[in-house]
Amino acid sequence: MSDVIVECIDVNTHFGVHHVLKNINLTVRPGETVGLVGESGSGKTTLGRAILGIGPVSSGRILFEGQDIAGIAPRDRKGNAASIQAVFQDPYTSLNPSMTIEDILVEPIAARGQASKVDATAQVRKLLDQVALPSDAAYRYPREFSGGQRQRVAIARALALSPHLIVCDEPVSALDLSTQARVLELFVEIQERTGVAYLFVSHDLSVVRHISHRVAVMRGGEIVEFGECDQVTANPQHDYTKRLLLAAPVADPVRQADRRAALRALAVGA
Amino acid sequence: MSPASSAPAPVSAPGRVSIVRSVLTNPLGLIAAILLLLVIVATVFAPLIAPFAAGDLQIFKINAPPGDGYLLGGDGSGRDIFSRLVYGAQNTLIGALIALSVAAIIGVTAGLFAGYFGGRREVVMSWIADGLMALPALIVLLAFYQSLGSSIHVSMVIFGVMLSPGFYRLTRNLVNGVKHELYVDAARVSGLSDMRIIARHILLVIRAPVIIQTSIVAGISIVIQAGLEFLGLGDPSIPTWGGMLQDAFANMFVVPTAILWPGLAISVTVASFVLLANAIRDRLQQGNRVAAAPALPAAVPQSVGAAPTDAGVLLDVRDLVVGYPAKSGWTEVVNGVSLQLRRGEVLGLVGESGSGKTQTAFAILGLLSTGGRILSGCIWFDGRDIANLPESEMQKLRGKRIAYVPQEPMSNLDPAFRIGYQLTEPMVTVLGISRAEAKARALKLLARVGMPDPNRTFNSYPHQVSGGMAQRVLIARAISCSPDLLIADEPTTALDVTVQAEVLELMRDLQAEMNMSVVLVTHNFGVVADLCHRVSVMKDGRVVETSAVKTLFADPQHDYTKMLLAAVLDDVTPRVYKPLQAKEVSA
Amino acid sequence: MLSYVSKRLLSSLVLLALVTTLTFAMVFGGADNVAQNILGENATDQQIADLETRLGIDRPLYEQYGTWVAKAVRGDLGVSWTMGESVSKILSGRLPVTLSMVVLAICIIGIVSALLGIAAAVRGGWADRVIQLISVVGFSLPNFWLGLILVVVFALNLRWLPATGYTDFLNSPTGWLASLALPVGALVLSGIASASQQVRGAMIDALRQDYVRTLRAGGIKPSSVLFRHALRNAMPAALTVLSLQFIGLLGGAAIIERVFAIPGLGSITVQAALSGDIPVLMGVVVTMIILVVIVNIAIDLANAWVNPKVRL
Repeated sequence: MSDVIVECIDVNTHFGVHHVLKNINLTVRPGETVGLVGESGSGKTTLGRAILGIGPVSSGRILFEGQDIAGIAPRDRKGNAASIQAVFQDPYTSLNPSMTIEDILVEPIAARGQASKVDATAQVRKLLDQVALPSDAAYRYPREFSGGQRQRVAIARALALSPHLIVCDEPVSALDLSTQARVLELFVEIQERTGVAYLFVSHDLSVVRHISHRVAVMRGGEIVEFGECDQVTANPQHDYTKRLLLAAPVADPVRQADRRAALRALAVGA
Repeated sequence: MSPASSAPAPVSAPGRVSIVRSVLTNPLGLIAAILLLLVIVATVFAPLIAPFAAGDLQIFKINAPPGDGYLLGGDGSGRDIFSRLVYGAQNTLIGALIALSVAAIIGVTAGLFAGYFGGRREVVMSWIADGLMALPALIVLLAFYQSLGSSIHVSMVIFGVMLSPGFYRLTRNLVNGVKHELYVDAARVSGLSDMRIIARHILLVIRAPVIIQTSIVAGISIVIQAGLEFLGLGDPSIPTWGGMLQDAFANMFVVPTAILWPGLAISVTVASFVLLANAIRDRLQQGNRVAAAPALPAAVPQSVGAAPTDAGVLLDVRDLVVGYPAKSGWTEVVNGVSLQLRRGEVLGLVGESGSGKTQTAFAILGLLSTGGRILSGCIWFDGRDIANLPESEMQKLRGKRIAYVPQEPMSNLDPAFRIGYQLTEPMVTVLGISRAEAKARALKLLARVGMPDPNRTFNSYPHQVSGGMAQRVLIARAISCSPDLLIADEPTTALDVTVQAEVLELMRDLQAEMNMSVVLVTHNFGVVADLCHRVSVMKDGRVVETSAVKTLFADPQHDYTKMLLAAVLDDVTPRVYKPLQAKEVSA
Repeated sequence: MLSYVSKRLLSSLVLLALVTTLTFAMVFGGADNVAQNILGENATDQQIADLETRLGIDRPLYEQYGTWVAKAVRGDLGVSWTMGESVSKILSGRLPVTLSMVVLAICIIGIVSALLGIAAAVRGGWADRVIQLISVVGFSLPNFWLGLILVVVFALNLRWLPATGYTDFLNSPTGWLASLALPVGALVLSGIASASQQVRGAMIDALRQDYVRTLRAGGIKPSSVLFRHALRNAMPAALTVLSLQFIGLLGGAAIIERVFAIPGLGSITVQAALSGDIPVLMGVVVTMIILVVIVNIAIDLANAWVNPKVRL
């Protein structure tokens, strides 16, 4: 067993004249969550899509369990690389409104030709159970569920192929606060049970800190800081990380006043 | 898992639309379907239905009135009009079917590929489609007449090609709309091939609109075909509705009524196709329709109690109920909310989606969405109940005394006007000052909200500035007429964290400078802690708790508040990574 | 802006070249027995051969095309085979007739559709129902049939208006209006049917935008929100519909002119198509495409004026 499941080596991506990923180097270990945090336009989603094989890579390598998967579409990937899955941001548009939950969950299994129809139905029940949805959910449509429940369906779909890595692109940012906390718990619980690794993309540092073992901070297509979660979020080295950290207001008026002052001081110092 | 939020969320995407059912449950659709069925039956069983052969002529029946075996009379050659109508149906429908098939096959296929794969292919195909659409179809068919010969079927093939851009554009736009949906990404990640994605996800979405288009195009084909035949470009030996009209036209001064029958046959058939299309469209759009307003509750809402006696209270909302029309009665989205706001105070209105916080804010502004109404309660603003103020009075308050900062900066600026115009417009309208003076003030305001180059921003269009800048412009516009009350609806939610911090800073400074009262609607407890003096927590259209900001965070009273605060992720201990054993992964 | 216009012009020129080439190939390549048709059944082989040489149709197709293009770019569209006059002269006499009819029709369509569409978008109610009714009726009644009915009712029975013919505007403006009233009436119904629906949809869309609420919250007058902001944003969709209407009307004119015996471009097209007068047909196609190109560019410029994002 290698100690690294994904390794990005000098990955670059260009959209026309825009250089959106600049020499990205990143590793994810088996069973680990790496948080990828940044603001809009930082390239965090582009990196996630490059690893998934649905976004372009101009140069560099992406090694998955030692095999280079950069620029290879999901359907052309072999072995475990074929099972890399995704959970997307908006649970309202990540599920086809005209398909039943069962159709949605069977899709990845059928796409890989892994199971006969009978097996698939049993598998659907098992998947729904894993994300704590009742088994009669299989015959209903996405619109009959709340945002949090839909995101559970999306997670169940990602689990269908027993992946070793799931790329999560802002999976809780469209959810309400209380729902968000429960869905994050589910992510943690699934990881502890199955040993799946997450690349967890988010703009929200508090979410990333909650779920990650290590955190990478992106800005303008570059990783400006990458390290252990407590190191990056408690004692950041890079100025941008410091600002990012102080900019998010905390739910405590007294501490928030201090942080505000600190942020102002940082801005003056810069 | 919590149940779906209680707000009447619009049905965002229609589910599987049953085409057959949508036609049959619509009365007009049903009639149309029956009429079309009759025409088709006439087509198939023409020899059984028509009393005479299409070409049978009787000299003494030339232009004869109805009766004596000729149900609708005789035509200019003494043939039975009714029989010819029946046989004409056949030729008309076949022609329409040809044009339709050609148009649909070319258009939909090209649209699918152009839409899904995009790139140069799309550019070329769209150019061809635009070119075809720029040609007057009838003129082209006339020009080609000599080389195509009098077979109307060949003409209808050409006409089908000329109609294909309609299908092409429709399909391409639908595919473009769908292909960036996350569920298509998810299908790709799952390993589905492009062909299977098109078959599974994309065809499903475009099916109903394409059927609607097909129905419309069928109508167009029938009309154009009849037109060609009317001009004498058809085969005179074959009975057609257009050819019959030509004959009737020639004899118009003798028997004007003869023009009636073939025209009616065309119109009724085409109308049936249109009604069929409408029936399906109605079904597709059902989710978007606003129910008719049900009767108001018996008691007309009126001011209860007296104006607040404390002059320091600017806004006093009491037992506010806001409803939207539903299938039966009203759905109440705000259910007895009471709020008090003192002058110079910032009140946070915090809650999850569907809690009614935004609807409360809109009710104060008098800008509820279509159908929404204040059902009861009152809104005392500076000694006046504005809950039932006529729109003209409300309009005088808005902008001048009550202002609004929205959530999404980009969609809240009119893309067609320069920022300068949009900034001066309220000042000119509300304050009645000159354009020049308004411009001077606007430039000062732009500088005040932190624009590095006010002149440049003043002359920019909204799409030329960033989201953070646009939000500053909206804030500048809101405060431009020195309002007493500012309603800010999630003013920083759409912004990046670092920009959010700057905008919060700006709002705090402006509030203090102008001693404005602010109602700040937000779901973010961090923003509340940063900016608010007092907080009201909302759930299911009610306020569950109101306290000073420090009290709320230090000592929340209501269980719901406690639950929400517990869900905040500010202080968590980072997880510790334990390298996995090999067997754990493979299990 | 300038590069935008020149790009459009270039693209239109390519379109013009493609369509004329294709039309030329179709009508000349497919036309058999042209001389026979012109001379009639009893012509001798020698007569036919002579005529073919005179018309130049015994030469290879590409040679004929080359000659045609070389003359056409200088404004010489050849001589009609059946009328003996130069095509340019025939068309220039007929163009104003059709154009005056089409322009009148497009103005009526534009004004009526705008009023109906805005009323339906803002108030719903009766205007909505009128639009729904017109959309079905206007679409289902073929314009030439409607024309025939109008003739029977207003010309033959009531005798209010002339049944056929055309009076020049310069000779008698009222006579012009009277001669066009019925044909234009027959032409506009289907145009109003589709354009008013489009205006309604575009207005409803515009009024749903977030900035409309924000404008109202800023104290802007409702009339200003409606006519200055919403209407301007609905304009591109409405203008595009009008340009498609214009193209449709050019085709519609062919039939309507036939019904009302109006000596315009449309009736000459029908006449030329039936008699196989290819130079006239080519001339008509070229004229129509140039008209469409001019209208499209005008609409594009109007769109660019309304929508700053397309200004390049």
